[in-house]
Amino acid sequence: MLSKFQIFKIGFFDVAPHLLSVIPFGIIFGAIGIELGFDPIMTYATSLIIFGGASQIVFLQLLSGGASSLIAITSVGVINSRHLLYGAVLSEYLNKLSSIKKLFISYFIVDQGFAVSNVYFKKNKEQNFNYYHLLGSGITLWFCWQISTILGIYLGSIVPEALGLKFAIPLTFIAIIINELRKSDHLLVMFVSGLTATFFYNAPFKSYILISPLIGLFAAYLILKFKK
Amino acid sequence: MTWTSIFIAGLITYFTRMGMVTLINKDIFSENFRKILNYVPSVVFPSIIFPGIFLDDYGTLVTITDPKIYGALTAIIVGFFSRNVILTITSGLASYWFLIFII
Repeated sequence: MLSKFQIFKIGFFDVAPHLLSVIPFGIIFGAIGIELGFDPIMTYATSLIIFGGASQIVFLQLLSGGASSLIAITSVGVINSRHLLYGAVLSEYLNKLSSIKKLFISYFIVDQGFAVSNVYFKKNKEQNFNYYHLLGSGITLWFCWQISTILGIYLGSIVPEALGLKFAIPLTFIAIIINELRKSDHLLVMFVSGLTATFFYNAPFKSYILISPLIGLFAAYLILKFKK
Repeated sequence: MTWTSIFIAGLITYFTRMGMVTLINKDIFSENFRKILNYVPSVVFPSIIFPGIFLDDYGTLVTITDPKIYGALTAIIVGFFSRNVILTITSGLASYWFLIFII
């Protein structure tokens, strides 16, 4: 039986490759915040309080572009609504924890952490203290996001825009779902949701991030029905 | 005003994280619902991947010659055969930079 710290370490090592895209993204975010005219403390505060990369960029962009607070806040909610789906998946593995632990661990649920810890949970269902994997991956990502945001705020102007480091974001997500490419049903729902997202990308409040997964899940539902 | 917005946005984001974890009892999940939830990563991540490749910063479709398309293709091929996260990302970035700076 692995100790809590050993499981925490596995979480750290599982998520470590993803830091390759999280850290540049954090640096870019920090730089964008300053460019948009927000002061360093306010830019950093979004990383601490919101802690959701894509939504933070949209939030500051909208506010600096003169959008009302209501629109900016709603867009953050819509973009981050995908966490509801993550939470629904993870609740199965976290339901034995005390409420305090659940409230604490929830703060660290992010895309890459969810992806690697969900894989670990599926493979190690019988083991105790599995949630330390989610803490290991989540706290690692949190720490790197905070540090890289601060780095971005100060070093932002030095990172050449020509490198196009934002491209590391889709590449990271490709790496996350690469094994699902081997399953034809998953491949089909990937195309459905991906194409839908591209089509609805300019929908208000970036709502494509909610619309396309829902349509993708509907496709999955149809596939499951068809299989029966 | 901006500070208030940041706190409200933070609270809403936190709720999206904690809502399902704390409020839902796993027993209410039917077998079918669980099966569908297995598809969650496959519907969420492509929703970020596709626009990240096929759209530019202004939300307009890129042309077929866009380096992002070939960077992503390289990453998919390398990732599919290597099953290695770092190789997938670095091969994608390397081919992207090769197309941008060398060709």
